[in-house]
Amino acid sequence: MNGNTDILAIETSCDETAAAVVRNGRQVLSNVIYTQISMHTLYGGVVPELASRKHIEKINAVITGALEEAHTTLADIDAVAVTYGPGLVGALLVGTAEAKAIAWAAGKPLIGVNHIEGHISANYIEHPELKPPYLGLVVSGGHTHLIIVRDWAEFEILGRTVDDAAGEAFDKVARAIGLGYPGGPKIDAAAKEGNPLAVTFPRARVHGSKYDFSFSGIKSAVLNYINHAQMTGQAVNTADLAASFQKAVVDVLCEHTAEAAAEYGIRNIAMAGGVSANSALRAAMQRTCETNGLNFYVPSPVYCTDNAAMIGVAAWHEMQSGRVSGWDLNAVPGLRLGER
Amino acid sequence: MKLIALDSSGLTASCAILEDDILRAEYTVDFKKTHSQTLLPMLDALASMTELDLSTVDAIAVAAGPGSFTGLRIGSATVKGLGLALGKPVIEVPTLAGLAWNLWGAKGLIAPVMDARRSQVYSGLYRFENGSFVTVRDQAAVSVEDLADELNAMNPADGIIFLGDGVQVYRETLDRLVTVPHLYAPPHKARQRASSVGALARLFYEEGRVTDADAHAPVYLRKSQAEREREQQLLTGEQASDPFSRAASARRI
Repeated sequence: MNGNTDILAIETSCDETAAAVVRNGRQVLSNVIYTQISMHTLYGGVVPELASRKHIEKINAVITGALEEAHTTLADIDAVAVTYGPGLVGALLVGTAEAKAIAWAAGKPLIGVNHIEGHISANYIEHPELKPPYLGLVVSGGHTHLIIVRDWAEFEILGRTVDDAAGEAFDKVARAIGLGYPGGPKIDAAAKEGNPLAVTFPRARVHGSKYDFSFSGIKSAVLNYINHAQMTGQAVNTADLAASFQKAVVDVLCEHTAEAAAEYGIRNIAMAGGVSANSALRAAMQRTCETNGLNFYVPSPVYCTDNAAMIGVAAWHEMQSGRVSGWDLNAVPGLRLGER
Repeated sequence: MKLIALDSSGLTASCAILEDDILRAEYTVDFKKTHSQTLLPMLDALASMTELDLSTVDAIAVAAGPGSFTGLRIGSATVKGLGLALGKPVIEVPTLAGLAWNLWGAKGLIAPVMDARRSQVYSGLYRFENGSFVTVRDQAAVSVEDLADELNAMNPADGIIFLGDGVQVYRETLDRLVTVPHLYAPPHKARQRASSVGALARLFYEEGRVTDADAHAPVYLRKSQAEREREQQLLTGEQASDPFSRAASARRI
């Protein structure tokens, strides 16, 4: 014991096998990520069974690596944290079973963490001044949530996607225009060479719930555009298409955020999740916040995509609230924000 | 020599603590709750009841496959975590050999069968000959029909004993197709038992057959559906026509 609280955190909810050691919920002592992207690229997307198999193969090396990089040992760790949902159930089960066994055998408390709350908490690593309440936008492959973070573990959901998540739309459109998997970074790169005003795609609004999102319409519009071009023998400019699609998604995300900030009188805006690594979204949200006199927070890209450091941060807040998990902790693939 | 043994390869969840020639404790549950919820609480109960000092454990044994993919991984991740935390090796016991050890010393050909879905069973064939354990045919995924043909051709004079959860699914088929005299194991011998895994693991340990926890992964005996489909596509040169067909089953989180 050195007066610090060091948490070993484990994350296996999708296609990254990750472990980290986080001190006092803020200082990342290590952050090790084994990404399976090259394997899943062969299949054009994440194959759940293969993801689970790969997690089992890599997990001990990743955890050992995180401990070594932090120059610590399990004996000096104060708690073991793990993502138990939401995510792919088979993938989550590897991390939870492993974390439970380590915590039990090492005599440490176990802390189950919500993956989405982890994403939000990633902001605290580089922005220690950020405190609730603030407006949060979580955009990832599985989630699109506009929320008010009332307290460290208290969330009010203002809007969410009614169909595809933002990242899902990126993956599907990338596949349709031949950029392949993973869609987010591929479209981001292609769009840099394209004209975002080349094609106008619809900015869908959801009737009756102004902060909800719908991205399947944009995706369908891109498909229709491609089909039409093919039938009429027109060449499709992939870069223009990528840039125009990306702008449609980014515009909606920025508009909703600015409107909510104005309506609720919130000055601090924090973005999180894999899609918040997108360079166009980061730049546009920065501009939106500057224009509206808002403070904008977003993690470095490495803390936007799946990682275990963010899980260690969220776990520290759980620990501060006296919440620990039992040995019967199970994977909950549909775990909701704020659910315990 | 002290061992923790686990089997979560099938419907049964089972934990055991073995010390030299003594089975110190065993906890076996065949109930609908997921192994993820039950396995560690069961082990925790055994450890506290027997005042187990974890630093005295020499190795951790696991039924290492085949079996339910998810069930195997819950067991494997648990033993990998235990191995990492305790700095102790893992002993990988083939699931079907572990099952056969339920019938240690029995006369006749021992034929554990596990339901492998897709009209197949995971099957291995074993014997105890003068006290030693003999693998007659290594574990594999086979159709019940092929297994019956194989057994009929072997025609063992001392008969066959079937056990395992495949019996529940295929008993009528086996009765119809297997012409050699055969028996079915009673309930206390019919399903996975961590004590059997541990007893066989002890022999493996003495032979030096241990694995680093880091290197341990289950033996599935089967590729994933996505791999099989991809190989088929590569063989036939076919491409998936619908660009969204694959995405439906695999949402990025």
